[in-house]
Amino acid sequence: MSATLLTYGFVALTFGIYIAIALWSRSDSTNEFYVAGGGVHPIANGAATAADWMSAASFLSMAGIIAFEGADGARYLMGWTGGYVLLAFLLAPYLRRFGKFTVPDFVGDRYYSQTARLVAVLCVIFISFTYIAGQMRGVGIVFSRFLEVEIETGVVIGMGIVFFYAVLGGMKGITYTQVAQYCVLIFAYLVPAIYVSILLTGIPLPMLGFGATMADGSGIHLLDKLDGLTTQLGMAAFTEGRKSTVDMFFIVAALMAGTAGLPHVIVRFFTVPDMRAARVSAGYALVFIALLYTTAPAVAAFSRINLIQAVENASYAELPDWFGKWEDSGLLSWVDKNQDGRLQYRGGAAMNPAKPVFVDGRGASGERLVSNELTSNENELYIDRDIIVLASPEIAQLPNWVIALMAAGGLAAALSTAAGLLLVISSAISHDLIKNTLAKNVTERQELNYARLSAAVAIFIAGLFGIYPPGFVAEVVAFAFGLAAASFFPAIVLGIFSKRVSKEGAIAGMLTGIVFTAGYIIYFKFIEPSANTSEFWWWGISPEGIGTLGMLLNFAVSLSVTRFTHAPPADVQAMVLMIRQPEKGD
Amino acid sequence: MNERETSETHQTDAADEVKRADSEAIDQAAYWRANLRIMASLLLIWFGVSFGCGILFVDVLNEIQFFGWRLGFWFSQQGAIYVFVLLIFAYVALMNRLDRRFGLIKED
Repeated sequence: MSATLLTYGFVALTFGIYIAIALWSRSDSTNEFYVAGGGVHPIANGAATAADWMSAASFLSMAGIIAFEGADGARYLMGWTGGYVLLAFLLAPYLRRFGKFTVPDFVGDRYYSQTARLVAVLCVIFISFTYIAGQMRGVGIVFSRFLEVEIETGVVIGMGIVFFYAVLGGMKGITYTQVAQYCVLIFAYLVPAIYVSILLTGIPLPMLGFGATMADGSGIHLLDKLDGLTTQLGMAAFTEGRKSTVDMFFIVAALMAGTAGLPHVIVRFFTVPDMRAARVSAGYALVFIALLYTTAPAVAAFSRINLIQAVENASYAELPDWFGKWEDSGLLSWVDKNQDGRLQYRGGAAMNPAKPVFVDGRGASGERLVSNELTSNENELYIDRDIIVLASPEIAQLPNWVIALMAAGGLAAALSTAAGLLLVISSAISHDLIKNTLAKNVTERQELNYARLSAAVAIFIAGLFGIYPPGFVAEVVAFAFGLAAASFFPAIVLGIFSKRVSKEGAIAGMLTGIVFTAGYIIYFKFIEPSANTSEFWWWGISPEGIGTLGMLLNFAVSLSVTRFTHAPPADVQAMVLMIRQPEKGD
Repeated sequence: MNERETSETHQTDAADEVKRADSEAIDQAAYWRANLRIMASLLLIWFGVSFGCGILFVDVLNEIQFFGWRLGFWFSQQGAIYVFVLLIFAYVALMNRLDRRFGLIKED
């Protein structure tokens, strides 16, 4: 059967499962809509958290980034898993014990202030929309490449599916579809990785194959071979980092604190029965996440080797099918600088600007022509990082059903994250904004209707972002983590670990963190992009890592302002003491 | 942070909680201190494997070969993640023991 037909089959099958689950798990109360009734098993919540967390970026892009960056890619591996340790130790159990529905609930109650609640609501909405735009785009890319439909159509289909289970089922529907989506995505990620690992090293576990010797009889370790190939071709050695130690340190810290402070991750721990369940559930979540995150660097190394061997000095006319398909979708490009009809893959960018701008017509060997100015180095190839994961089964010549599986997995990753984000946006509007701020006398039924309505509107807006992506999506993702690290993380941690921090302290801290972090990122990404190099950065910290500094400032400002203001009211202090330990006897 | 500084003043709807907290004020402070101790020692390991082995000392460790990996590279791309998982389960086990010791868990 052809890959396209199989892909249609797999995607239709998985979508059918998601819809069936949605029908079975409809929500009839706000408690069910916001936190799935609070009765989700810790293992189920762990799987749902993993699917919620692992987005189109984790599934489609991360291994690609590591494949090209090598050692520096570790910042995502450590940053996006280490945050769960912080979540399990510092946040999740206490917030579960607090026992309400949303993150602004906690911020508003702990800091006895509507202002604090509003700042939190705005942050939640901004962070979540930033994130969701990328998910819808991911859905569109998978559809256009594997099902050969327009990106727009793909986004609309994706919106329809998410609409169905998020609006009907709320958190309850989302939780159980996310469990199913986790299974689909991890299966889709592991199967090709295991295949390739066996082909390259003879060892089925990619996490081990990655450090094994090549199966070609040469007896060389895979990574040594890769280091050799990359340096030979004038690229940086794969296992050698290029980022400065300071920058790596700050980026990893920002990603960790940001992960722990992301509202759509935190609310997942509101759905388990109690505090102890929240602790262990964070452990299961990390196990499920680690399965993909320890495989990703292996996939990265495997595909870099396979890619180099498939294209280096190959004749364009004899290249396999996949090259032409990705070239047609504009994510690959070759310029025959030395007119020999063969691909030279070397260090440095092949053209200027680095991304190809295609024009009509074909070159002497049949390649697509570009209008870019060619650079003077020998490299003739442009490869978009995002294709590495999706293309690696094709590059390794795996059977069609494995390729079809990848498409279903990519969609599962994007849809599950999108749904989790939508729920956070809708509860921020219906619960925090309408119920707790604007119209406190709404009935539960009305609140539930508002929740469904705001979920529907949020899906529509997210879809528009997917169809008309703002050019700055990639840039603003640094925002999401930086802001979460500089705003929520310190505010919540201080709210739990200190009874004394006052509302003035917390608000001043959050505003300082946000303004500082956003200002730094906006300056280097939008106002002076040409100055975005290490010589202009403060202490060599890139915009990606500045959230760490914003977080430290937040802590410092909160604690200093607190010294000069009144202590929180007695009931708030009692609440802090209450959330620090489990209920007796459960 | 003095844990007992304000447990005397309370007259709100959380009064029930406070009364209970008050009668067990010493227990609660001891429980919290024990929790902080467990947390701090595990976070030290967390810092050591990621920021330590994976970033600050990565070049030194890369001089050591660990199977097919350079050790620093292995820590930053594999080892740290495995340790993170173990740390959370260690925390769960230690906290469950603590909960039991303070009578916060039903004996079964």
